[in-house]
Amino acid sequence: MDNQSVLTAAGLQALFDSLRRRGYRIVGPKVRDGAIVYDDIEGVPDLPQGWTDEQAPGRYRLARRDDEALFGYAIGPHSWKAFLHPSVQRLWKSRREGEEVAITPEPPSAERFAFIGVRACELKAIAVQDQVFLGGAHVDAHYRARREGAFVVAVNCAEAGGTCFCVSMKSGPRVDAGYDLALTEIMDGGEHRFVVEAGSAGGGEVLAELPGRAATEGDLAAAEAVVERTAASMGRQMRSDDLHELLLANLEHPRWDEVADRCLTCGNCTMVCPTCFCTSVEDSSDLAGVESSRSRRWDSCFTMDFTHVPSGSVRASARSRYRQWMTHKLATWIDQFGTSGCVGCGRCLTWCPVGIDITEEVRAIRDNPMERGGGT
Amino acid sequence: MWTLEIEPSGPAPVAAAPGQFNMLTAFGVGEAAISLSGDPAEPGRLVHTIRAVGPVSRALAQLRPGAALGLRGPFGAGWPMAEAAGRDVVIMAGGLGLAPLRTAIHRLLTERARYGQVLVLYGARSPADILFRRELETWRRRLDVEIEVTVDHAAVSDWRGHVGVVTTLLGRASFDPANTVALVCGPEIMMRFSAAALADAGVRAEATYLSMERNMKCAIGLCGHCQFGPVFICRDGPVFRYDRIAALLRHKEL
Ligand SMILES: Cc1cc2nc3c(=O)[nH]c(=O)nc-3n(C[C@H](O)[C@H](O)[C@H](O)COP(=O)(O)OP(=O)(O)OC[C@H]3O[C@@H](n4cnc5c(N)ncnc54)[C@H](O)[C@@H]3O)c2cc1C
Ligand code: SF4
Ligand code: SF4
Ligand code: FES
Repeated sequence: MDNQSVLTAAGLQALFDSLRRRGYRIVGPKVRDGAIVYDDIEGVPDLPQGWTDEQAPGRYRLARRDDEALFGYAIGPHSWKAFLHPSVQRLWKSRREGEEVAITPEPPSAERFAFIGVRACELKAIAVQDQVFLGGAHVDAHYRARREGAFVVAVNCAEAGGTCFCVSMKSGPRVDAGYDLALTEIMDGGEHRFVVEAGSAGGGEVLAELPGRAATEGDLAAAEAVVERTAASMGRQMRSDDLHELLLANLEHPRWDEVADRCLTCGNCTMVCPTCFCTSVEDSSDLAGVESSRSRRWDSCFTMDFTHVPSGSVRASARSRYRQWMTHKLATWIDQFGTSGCVGCGRCLTWCPVGIDITEEVRAIRDNPMERGGGT
Repeated sequence: MWTLEIEPSGPAPVAAAPGQFNMLTAFGVGEAAISLSGDPAEPGRLVHTIRAVGPVSRALAQLRPGAALGLRGPFGAGWPMAEAAGRDVVIMAGGLGLAPLRTAIHRLLTERARYGQVLVLYGARSPADILFRRELETWRRRLDVEIEVTVDHAAVSDWRGHVGVVTTLLGRASFDPANTVALVCGPEIMMRFSAAALADAGVRAEATYLSMERNMKCAIGLCGHCQFGPVFICRDGPVFRYDRIAALLRHKEL
């Protein structure tokens, strides 16, 4: 196929250069503060070459690989939502003159991001947020501007993390849609190379400029083997076809009390989750009360304030807040958006300070469901 | 309790249906969901009744005549006025829940001939908490509508009316339950009991409507705050047919 070609690490640098020439702000993985995070990068030397991550519930650690792979890790605490749906977004400013108040809406961002190293589960998570912000009657102009401007360079995972379960959620490890270019990094002892596939016209244009060679049968077979190996080594598994019925029939299951005893309601899981979209708004004004502004910021269903009404919090107990989070992710999201809210990325397991494992919580309910009649 | 009348500036406001709400901003303080509580026959006047309970509602209540506030709306699904045509209508309100129902009552009385019996059953905490008291008294003088008010507690010296929860009024009322639409708004616990009492009286769940309240930030289905199981109350409600949410209401803290 002529939309597939093979690049070396030098060819990858040419990709960065080409994207920068096209005016993109390049964001990709880099090692910082003991983790692989997404940040502005210049080029190949910024990538986490030779690093991998070891992950388990409540545990994340960087480790050296015994090769020099550039994308030889799974995923870190960041997700692309930090760029498409930033943690703070001003909505408008206002200015009072006498009794009149003039409101100036914040214009949508003109920033065009190129995302480097987007995993299959992350592409799925972006598609899930597209559904939230672009799929309903009210489209979010800020999200749309950033989303439409973005160029996505995906990577097929060569290494499943210890908390990954994308195979169970049918969201990976193979990238299959939603990218401009998709890379598969091949470290088979031969040449360190990348099989690159264009997934859009824009991607094809960029690829045509890069110093690659045509992919051989051998390259394609090696790329295929990478994804197959990853699919066979998932850290976790979770049956997902019946979660909607299972969880909604078990809203009063004793397991919610049990998990609430461990849960700190810190909200880490919602912050790291690539699909969680909830926000709050905050107004502020200058001392004279002349100028004011409204911003929205990420919020979490784990806070008491989230459901605050004048008579108190609707979800006052930790039990009800954990239940909201998990049933929203895995069940009611399907009612709302026609898809699960979980892509099996494993971040909520890894970054939970007490190591609560969503797959384990589901299993506990599945293995010992309530009598029929407890649900909706 | 404060009633604000808002005169729109800028583009002409979209006509609101009874039961819908607006998002009102006190500049520099914040925004709150407030129901339209006025007479829908006077669309140029946007009337909101506000209980000062927190920062935003207090700031809105303190606005002086002529001051500017921010308004977005109207939002949400309102009361099923078309469905009520030709039927008896039972309105059950608790506390501030009378505000969003006031719009529906005005509509019923303006188009009185379109409906069967009209009953308004209202429960307030004490005589001093009765909202729209003069208006209730005016309506009470009409022969084509039944208005009953009860209070939770009162000194004998200042209240001659009913004492007890609003559901006790239902037993006294005469209407045809098989051909009735019931509109209920008040604290959630009051709505649960009212819906159950209506069902006991023979009103079908499919003809009973509740207006739900949750924390709301965006009112357009994007901020996640108002989720109630699968629904977004801002977008799918706030008025719901009881049979569609009865199962959800059985779970506490959903
Ligand atoms: C559909 C709908 C219709 C409504 N109609 C009406 C109506 O007609 N009239 C009416 O009066 N009300 C109505 N309400 C209720 C009204 O929206 C709330 O009472 C409103 O939120 C009051 O805002 P507030 O700022 O005054 O108070 P609060 O809700 O107490 O506080 C506002 C904000 O401050 C934050 N906050 C509160 N307490 C704390 C704390 N301890 N620490 C930190 N932050 C805190 C909360 O997060 C909240 O977002 C309606 C609500 C809904 C959903
Ligand atoms: S719920 Fe957990 S595993 Fe699922 S997408 Fe969110 S962070 Fe990833
Ligand atoms: S799980 Fe909680 S924070 Fe995440 S989207 Fe759902 S309600 Fe919002
Ligand atoms: S108020 Fe934001 S989703 Fe309903």
